[in-house]
Amino acid sequence: MSQIWLIPAFPLLGFLLNGFLGKFFGTRFVSFVGPMSIGLAFLQSVVLFFEMLKTEGHRIIENLYTWMAAGSFQVNISFQVDELSGLYLLIITGVGFLIHVYSIGYMKGESGYYRFFAYLNLFVFFMLILVLGDSFLLMFVGWEGVGLCSYLLIGYYFEKHSAAEACKKAFLFNRVGDFGVLSAVLLIFLSIGSLEFNTVNAQAAAQFEYGGVLVTVITLLLFLGATGKSAQIPLYVWLPDAMEGPTPVSALIHAATMVTAGLYMVARLSHLFMLAPVTMNVIAVVGTVTALLAATIAITQTDIKRVLAYSTVSQLGYMFLAMGVGAFTAGIFHVMTHAFFKALLFLGSGSVIHAMHHEQDMMRMGALRKKLPITYLTMMAGTLAIAGIPFFSGFFSKDEILWKAFSSPLGGGVFWALGFLTAGLTSFYMFRMMYLTFHGNSRVDSHLQSHLHESPWSMTGPLMILAVLSIFGGFFGVPHALHFLPNGMELYFHDFFAKLPGEAHGSVDTEIMLMILSVVLALFGWFWARRMYSGSLEAARRLSASWRTLYDLSLNKWYVDEIYQALIVTPGRLLSTHLLWQAFDKNVIDRSVNGSGVISRGAGGLIRGLQDGVMQTYALIFAIGTLTVIWYIF
Amino acid sequence: MQYAEFPILSLIIFSPVLGIALAGVFRDASDGIPAKVAALSSSLLTFLLSLYLWFHFDASEEGLQLVERTGWIPQFNIEYFLGLDGLNLFFLLIITFITPLALLGSWNLQKRNWQFQIQMLLLEIGMLGCFAAFDVVLFYVFFEVMLVPMYFLIGIWGGSNRLYATMKFVIYTMVGSLLMLVALIYTAILFKEINNGWSFNILDWYGMNIAPETQTWLFLGFAVAFAVKIPLFPFHTWLPDAHYEAPTAGSVQLAAVMLKFGPYGFLRFAMPVFPAAVYELTPLFITLSLIGIIYGGLVAMVQKQIKRLIAYSSVAHMGYIVLGLFALNTQGVYGGWIQMINHAIVTGALFLVVGMIYERTHTQEIVDYGGVIHTMPLFSVFLVFFSMASVGLPGLNGFVGEVLAMVGAARVNIWYGIIAAAGVIIAAIYMLWMVQRVLFGPLVKDMVKGLNDLSLREVVVLVPLAFWTVFLGVYPQPFFDRIDVSVQKYIEQIKSQEPRFAQDENKQKDLLSLMGLKKPELLSKR
Repeated sequence: MSQIWLIPAFPLLGFLLNGFLGKFFGTRFVSFVGPMSIGLAFLQSVVLFFEMLKTEGHRIIENLYTWMAAGSFQVNISFQVDELSGLYLLIITGVGFLIHVYSIGYMKGESGYYRFFAYLNLFVFFMLILVLGDSFLLMFVGWEGVGLCSYLLIGYYFEKHSAAEACKKAFLFNRVGDFGVLSAVLLIFLSIGSLEFNTVNAQAAAQFEYGGVLVTVITLLLFLGATGKSAQIPLYVWLPDAMEGPTPVSALIHAATMVTAGLYMVARLSHLFMLAPVTMNVIAVVGTVTALLAATIAITQTDIKRVLAYSTVSQLGYMFLAMGVGAFTAGIFHVMTHAFFKALLFLGSGSVIHAMHHEQDMMRMGALRKKLPITYLTMMAGTLAIAGIPFFSGFFSKDEILWKAFSSPLGGGVFWALGFLTAGLTSFYMFRMMYLTFHGNSRVDSHLQSHLHESPWSMTGPLMILAVLSIFGGFFGVPHALHFLPNGMELYFHDFFAKLPGEAHGSVDTEIMLMILSVVLALFGWFWARRMYSGSLEAARRLSASWRTLYDLSLNKWYVDEIYQALIVTPGRLLSTHLLWQAFDKNVIDRSVNGSGVISRGAGGLIRGLQDGVMQTYALIFAIGTLTVIWYIF
Repeated sequence: MQYAEFPILSLIIFSPVLGIALAGVFRDASDGIPAKVAALSSSLLTFLLSLYLWFHFDASEEGLQLVERTGWIPQFNIEYFLGLDGLNLFFLLIITFITPLALLGSWNLQKRNWQFQIQMLLLEIGMLGCFAAFDVVLFYVFFEVMLVPMYFLIGIWGGSNRLYATMKFVIYTMVGSLLMLVALIYTAILFKEINNGWSFNILDWYGMNIAPETQTWLFLGFAVAFAVKIPLFPFHTWLPDAHYEAPTAGSVQLAAVMLKFGPYGFLRFAMPVFPAAVYELTPLFITLSLIGIIYGGLVAMVQKQIKRLIAYSSVAHMGYIVLGLFALNTQGVYGGWIQMINHAIVTGALFLVVGMIYERTHTQEIVDYGGVIHTMPLFSVFLVFFSMASVGLPGLNGFVGEVLAMVGAARVNIWYGIIAAAGVIIAAIYMLWMVQRVLFGPLVKDMVKGLNDLSLREVVVLVPLAFWTVFLGVYPQPFFDRIDVSVQKYIEQIKSQEPRFAQDENKQKDLLSLMGLKKPELLSKR
């Protein structure tokens, strides 16, 4: 008895109730309906997850109705639960539920409380449609829908100009990616005649030449869409600005779920992507470079949420690196662990911001660990996980990716080396954040000092659950080299993704050695951050002063925003205003129309001579005209 | 062809006369309410009558339904010939649906109120007749008759520069329709030469086998008239002025219905009669529509007044319609067709929404706004909602039409589809930027501080439009089911007469196989 449609139906109902009635029924109603709808969706997801595991072929499809049918173009509203969407369902509804509960405390007293929960419910609805849809077009509904909710939630504090600007930016950059997806959809329909994922995956090898132009173009266009949603070069710049939204939004949308949609799409179409080695290479390169670039920006940021935002961009880069070398399982594994620890870190930062009365600058924090012990300990668990300290969740997934980058026939030593470097930077900036926030001397404003308090249970509870998941979540995918547990992820995704086009190289000894190297590097990053930021910040200041240029480049995010502004936005606006509108519409077209008016007035003047008001002239002209017509016809 | 037992189409078309008469009777009532009520209830009656069409319509019938034919000018065999099929059914419904909403939306109008009501109802008669006519002369008459009330609507109740706008509008349209008249008469004469007898029945004109070169000239004659109406780039510059100056109800009728006579004219009166010309000129018209999509979007982006921005967005949206129609395959025509319905609903709604705030502030300038969401939250919900529909957000109606039109275009030439897809980016830019500047930001302007949110009447106007926006987005299939027979027949009519269409499909397949597609011959034809 599968009822897949119930999973998205609960959040949709939650949205409708909160959106239409929440304003009148008050806070308690909203605080109940909001989390409850996600909780029910989570329970139904768990039920279906196990049902899927029991089903032959691990796939349940539920066809609801025909959305549009135009000739051979047939699209159904049809949901699918399989290994990939099953796992995503659990992450979305599970982490989503915790974040909803957390929001009860965090958003307390906000004027748009009901609005916030309505949007959040709507977001979960669209995210579920995204992963449940069994065709491109239905996925695209979710794909755009989450973009809309992200837009609404980033712009939640709409009275701030920066928020209004950021939400527009997010939507637009996503739209550039959507252009890629739409174009790819057109090409896929032309080539395969269907938009169902299963048909596309099954037919891909039969219809496309391996490495052919068409499949390469299609996958590159899809990847363009993925870079928009999952914040990769060249479309990543919206994500850091998206931090204008309330912190639970950052945790849910801009860290745990929506930004992994691009990865979801690539993983979903692994059989298609595997036919285009060039695209795979592009994905790996873009992922690696994004990971490194974002990490170099994160090391100098002072806004606590921006550090985490760039860290998200960087971690997403890791996941794309995994996809690009064909290690889909490792990539999705990192999606899962990252959802745990990054949601935790964001919610933790939210707890800090909550205590600090919306202060986000780490230079005005420090020594908070005594005031916020639970927040401190849970965030430390998240930091240990992301930094890759052994046996925390991030350690397993990140090392799996680095190892695959090294050993896969699509990978190589360079990918590993850059990923390794990024891992060191990650450890450094994460511990830098922890030390600046929780250790050292207090730089907190004096009259804030007395108000500092730990957050309520609704907030610390989710933090603790996520901390447990961040610590132990990695044991689902223990690498083969360690083999004290079987690699659960490999077993789970057995035969799901496309096979690699060759054999992996490298021995177990190499794997262990590389693993030890990266642990050493992570510890070194920790140590370095501790030396510079645990006491006075004098050493850090001196260092940044002696590397002024580099420091400024990093602090100003390599001026990418400014470059985009100068190269695209300003020219586009000038072109549209001056050339198209003023010059062409106003001058060329309207002038020629007005010109024709002048001509006809002139012509009218000539003809006026004929209209002299004398009846006989009219009769003459009339007669001549009629005769001419008759002569012409016959 | 099924003849009507009772002239229901005529009854529907001329039922607004009741409201016109009543509005005339009540013209002296001091507060103007009786005339308003009369017009509104008359238009609601028309709407109820038109529902009969929806329920009576038989989707499996190939020929026309509810036909009414009587001689009109027997010397030339010109008839009063009305009929119903899948292609015009929904346009009739759209008119009867949107007119009461437009009337209710301009409830607060004071100036020469009873005359306004009469003009609106006259406009409704003209538009309904035009969509139901199957005689070319009858169509032409209604086509011209519509201009008169619209001329007065803009000229009397318009903004400060209304005379310039009306003149521009009328001259543009008249030049187009005069060319059409010439082409129309010439075609009729050709028909007489071929068949030894007059006929202005458009169905008789299909399959006339005119010499290809003559077809091109005649088609262009019709095309200019329809291209101005659409308006297709570069015939579009009258639209921003007309919309900017027009009163709300005028803008709504203009956007929702009158622009549709362009594509509908192509569908019914130009393309099936001149198939060879369609083949020759398809690249031209598709190119113009693509330019319109991109160009309209870019120019919309830099507009400083809300209504001008929406007008330019119309240019872009109508581009998708023409694109789909000229793709001439099932997806394209479906897409173009439903996009007409979508555009009617969404752009009509946007003009209503904008009209509601204009009524309060009397300014169109975007810079005068900012932070409106603080004082008008309900208004903001509707503005964001319809903007998203206009942007083509999946799940709302615009997406269905755009995607189908793109798929149809891509099947003709993949580049057409990809350029059209680029239009989605631009649409998002101008709509969101407008929304941001009007709604968001701090509440600082005194004018905005004093605004009242939407009244119940205004919400009542917008909710039906919002309902169909969602419904057509998630479940358009019932609509497609009702047009399928007509669309297939229509495509068949054009393509069967022109073998070169089939050759082009093979060219596209050759291209795909060059790019690495193994079995292009498997691809479907429909």
